[in-house]
Amino acid sequence: MNDDALKTTPLDALHRAQGAKMVPFAGYSMPVQYPAGVLAEHQHCRQAAALFDVSHMGQASIRGPGGAAALERLVPGDMQGLGAWRQKYTLLTLESGGIMDDLMVANLGPERLFLVVNASRKDIDLPHIAAHLPAGLVLERHDDRALLALQGPAAAGVMAGLAPAAAALGFMGLAEITLGGVACLASRSGYTGEDGFEISIPAAEAEAVATLLLAQPGVRLAGLGARDSLRLEAGLCLYGNDIDETTNPVEAALMWTIPKRRRAEANFIGAGAILAALAAGPARRRVGILPEGRAPARGHTAITDDAGQTVGEITSGGFGPSLGAPCAMGYVRADLAAVDTRIGLLVRGKMLPARVAAMPFVPHRYLR
Amino acid sequence: MTTLRYTKDHEWVRLEDGIATVGITEHAQEALGDVVFVELPDPGREVEEGEACSVVESVKAASDVYAPLTGRVTESNQAIIDDPALVNRDSGGEGWFFKLALADVAAFDALLDEDGYQAFLETL
Repeated sequence: MNDDALKTTPLDALHRAQGAKMVPFAGYSMPVQYPAGVLAEHQHCRQAAALFDVSHMGQASIRGPGGAAALERLVPGDMQGLGAWRQKYTLLTLESGGIMDDLMVANLGPERLFLVVNASRKDIDLPHIAAHLPAGLVLERHDDRALLALQGPAAAGVMAGLAPAAAALGFMGLAEITLGGVACLASRSGYTGEDGFEISIPAAEAEAVATLLLAQPGVRLAGLGARDSLRLEAGLCLYGNDIDETTNPVEAALMWTIPKRRRAEANFIGAGAILAALAAGPARRRVGILPEGRAPARGHTAITDDAGQTVGEITSGGFGPSLGAPCAMGYVRADLAAVDTRIGLLVRGKMLPARVAAMPFVPHRYLR
Repeated sequence: MTTLRYTKDHEWVRLEDGIATVGITEHAQEALGDVVFVELPDPGREVEEGEACSVVESVKAASDVYAPLTGRVTESNQAIIDDPALVNRDSGGEGWFFKLALADVAAFDALLDEDGYQAFLETL
């Protein structure tokens, strides 16, 4: 794809002025790193606060009465039990039991649900949701809004000085706040394993808000490179790598997103297939993997058992800067999914010894 | 006498007494980003010009490093195995990869000189 065909975020000029290396990602020109580099940006997020532009992600609202009940037809999470100004991680499922996308859903009062979906999937997800809404409910796309993530142990202090209502939020809580006079929607959430915030901002005001945040002590820009290594250490799935239309929530170790009531009702798309897979037991399972030695094993690396037989594939892998070692996740045959099971990784024709490991690789530090 | 040459694979080659020291250029380390792992050829290995014989992995991706000329590996740089970031800090010096006893020393002169490499970079 040539550069001209790529969409840009409202912070494009800021990225370029800050010396970002821009790469195509999900149809957008996005900053993969700034001059500090991926390692420094990653470490800064774990030590202070990193600001990420994630405006490529899809934001939308379901407006009207009964949105939670209607959405439960499409997702297996407990939407009706979601408290006001609270959000939840859930999945859009397919009849096959596969995963259409993973997303955040927030309850913003009796007549509004706020959704954040993956950039690469928004043009699939949002028409799908719209097509399934009953009369009286409408899906409104927020293509006119930017999304920033402020992540790291210093994030709460930064927000305390600018918007105390945000700093007062609990994990997965939301509030309407004002940042430098701009009305924003903030949630206490993120994709790094650190405490932090995601902030939805009108596109026209995004650069002013980003500039304000960057002027706060301890805040530095971080790109998609650091975002990926941070989420991998945190054991969080990347749609398209670790989950997709061919993986079901049982294999993906995401059954924690499907509570008892939803399993009993079995009234979401794909319920039959997913519950059957649960009853039968999965043939493969998503696990954490720690290679021995220093060589990272990347996505699509073959995984073998002790005897050298292929038993799966790595879906995300690289070097964990905070771990100080390589780490990965992938799917292995279900009987090899127990922690500490010895496996091999076929890297450049050589078998590297590795073991199945618990995730996250770096402990989460969410506000609890 | 010391002479420096380059390849289009962004390697530098320094010839001293028939032994060529090979590393990656400043341009290459900049493009790779933070180096986290290197794999080097064992001393004694015979390599052909253009053969992939080292791997350099950054936080972003793995890349091959090629033998710029045919020869026998005489030494590889343990320092960058222990501290891969040395490749970023000093790509043209302490961050060298391996040394080759060249099969044909004259072939060295066919590699790009400084001006040739700079001109090549401008075409990218």
